[in-house]
Amino acid sequence: MSDAATHTPTPARTPPITLVGPIGWVRTNLFSGWVSSLVSLLLLFLVVKWVLGFLDWGVFNAIWSVPNDAAGRPDTSSCRALAGTGACWAVIGEKHRFILFGTYPYEEQWRALLAILVFIALFIVSAMRRFWRKELALIWIGALTLIGVLMWGGLLGLAYVPQERWGGLVITLILATFGLAFAFPLSILVALGRRSKLPAIKALCVLYVELVRGVPLISVLFMASVMFPLFLPEGMNIDKLLRAQIAIILFAGAYLAEVVRGGLQTLPRGQYEAADALGLSYWKKTGFIILPQALRLVIPPLVNTFIGFFKDTSLVLIIGIFDLLTAGKTAIIEPAWQGFGIEVYLTVGFIYFCFCFAMSSYSQRLEAELNQSRGR
Amino acid sequence: MSATMEAVASAARADAPPAILLDKVNKWYGAMHVLRDVSLSVALGERVVVCGPSGSGKSTLIRCVNRLETHQEGSIKVDGIELSDDLRALDAIRREVGMVFQSFNLFPHLTVLENCTLAPIWVRHMPKAEAEALAMEYLERVKIPEQAMKYPGQLSGGQQQRVAIARALCMKPKIMLFDEPTSALDPEMIKEVLETMVGLAETGMTMVCVTHEMGFARQVADRVVFMDRGEIVEQGPPGEIFENPKTDRLKLFLSQILRGH
Ligand SMILES: Nc1ncnc2c1ncn2[C@@H]1O[C@H](COP(=O)(O)OP(=O)(O)O)[C@@H](O)[C@H]1O
Ligand SMILES: [Mg+2]
Repeated sequence: MSDAATHTPTPARTPPITLVGPIGWVRTNLFSGWVSSLVSLLLLFLVVKWVLGFLDWGVFNAIWSVPNDAAGRPDTSSCRALAGTGACWAVIGEKHRFILFGTYPYEEQWRALLAILVFIALFIVSAMRRFWRKELALIWIGALTLIGVLMWGGLLGLAYVPQERWGGLVITLILATFGLAFAFPLSILVALGRRSKLPAIKALCVLYVELVRGVPLISVLFMASVMFPLFLPEGMNIDKLLRAQIAIILFAGAYLAEVVRGGLQTLPRGQYEAADALGLSYWKKTGFIILPQALRLVIPPLVNTFIGFFKDTSLVLIIGIFDLLTAGKTAIIEPAWQGFGIEVYLTVGFIYFCFCFAMSSYSQRLEAELNQSRGR
Repeated sequence: MSATMEAVASAARADAPPAILLDKVNKWYGAMHVLRDVSLSVALGERVVVCGPSGSGKSTLIRCVNRLETHQEGSIKVDGIELSDDLRALDAIRREVGMVFQSFNLFPHLTVLENCTLAPIWVRHMPKAEAEALAMEYLERVKIPEQAMKYPGQLSGGQQQRVAIARALCMKPKIMLFDEPTSALDPEMIKEVLETMVGLAETGMTMVCVTHEMGFARQVADRVVFMDRGEIVEQGPPGEIFENPKTDRLKLFLSQILRGH
């Protein structure tokens, strides 16, 4: 009793400096024992060695441009003389327009560039929660129409460019954007359909998902480009790009549907019941209560699937569509540039990385923001 | 002239249909018979407390009233409308009947205010400003207007349940159903929710409340209904039910909950 009366609380102290801050972090994570110290030093050595090696190859020994020979063709002998000790970035300088725009007519390539910029602007606007309103749908319709006009031309004084001549990054962006923009709503409907009380709708959705998941995307693309025209009446021809696009939409739709369904399943039954008890109709309940919560829960796997399909659009190369990767591959067929694949593939890979990394980091930020607003 | 109108009106009130009328309702979950020939009539403005052991079918009974569950035999009429597969009847009934759940079931992605205005705006087609004014009025009634802009996750259990009550009231229901509204709450929060419910009872609301809070039942209930194994075993005014239980089942139940408290 008297102990309690004389007791003074111990004041809180800050932890010793060797346990906190950067020094503390390094000590506890990298040098906590002699094994971990050894591993850390070894890895540090390897990282430094590789980074220096890459800088040597990619920067210090690299050749950035090459002169033309008498015939006006690039003279790549200086690049070949490096024998792999330095990068030949001249190939990018020479071929970047081909990689970005494919066989799009040279003088008209500003239109393809503009289309790419419109795509990027569209992504940025859509990413901002400020713009998550009904008007966003109009912005999308407007932007996609603008891209169509730019690419095809044939009006407003723009020369007509047939679809066969489109290529490069634009094709990748078209396939991925239209693909996911249509596949996502489709997947939501399918996921809801799989939980429908109507057996026919449920069976149809299950059949679709299982059928699509059971075959590789490549075979669907092949079917779309080779077999599908056989079923069409004589003389009728659906654009090859459109067929590949539909195949990608159907494919991505099935995969995304399973992700969305996962989200729907984790929602407690009480949420449905509370919405029912308030008299909300099926679609209002779904739109205001169920989907906002279910989709929020599945942002990471959703973005994972998005990224996967962004890269999977490169599979269209097997049916002869000229996407970013195919353009890169074709760029180095020319004899003068043969053997400079590493430079081209690094560049193409870097472009893919930029888009995928942007998606990934955006999703992490979005998730954090949405969780914050839930008071967690 | 007005005298005759008065007479007509009071006559209409006299033979106004009961707020809730259950007639020989039966329900099965698979082979399990959970409601057995349940008949119950609740008059407008009446306050009924339902009690009984766990698993006796209390939740099932009140969930059948707003058709969160469907019954298989017998008939249920709410506000004179027969419950059936007819969707228009269902819509009409869900507008008239508010429900409060044991686990609150607030919408965690919406603010307290949005929780309260969603249904008035989208089901009752009320203008947004009006719905917000109404919501603030009810949030004041349940004594948490200052939490309107917060999310449910930021509130205590008692506050969440009071928001849930306000949310249901914003639909201006004629009947309120409560399914053990205080049994998920810590003891110190039970009181604030019960006080809110007593306040609601004083406004003349028709209430059916599943609860084991005997004090609350004594204070506000016109009638206590005791259920066991899917049947209504005994019913009557709270004093009679608690002081003079006639059946052994009710005596056993009362001794158990009194010991538990
Ligand atoms: N959705 C359901 N499916 C199957 N059985 C259920 C379901 N809901 C309740 N039951 C069963 O029905 C009986 C009555 O349940 P309930 O009405 O919740 O009882 P109470 O609310 O009185 O505790 C219990 O035996 C319970 O296990
Ligand atoms: Mg219950």
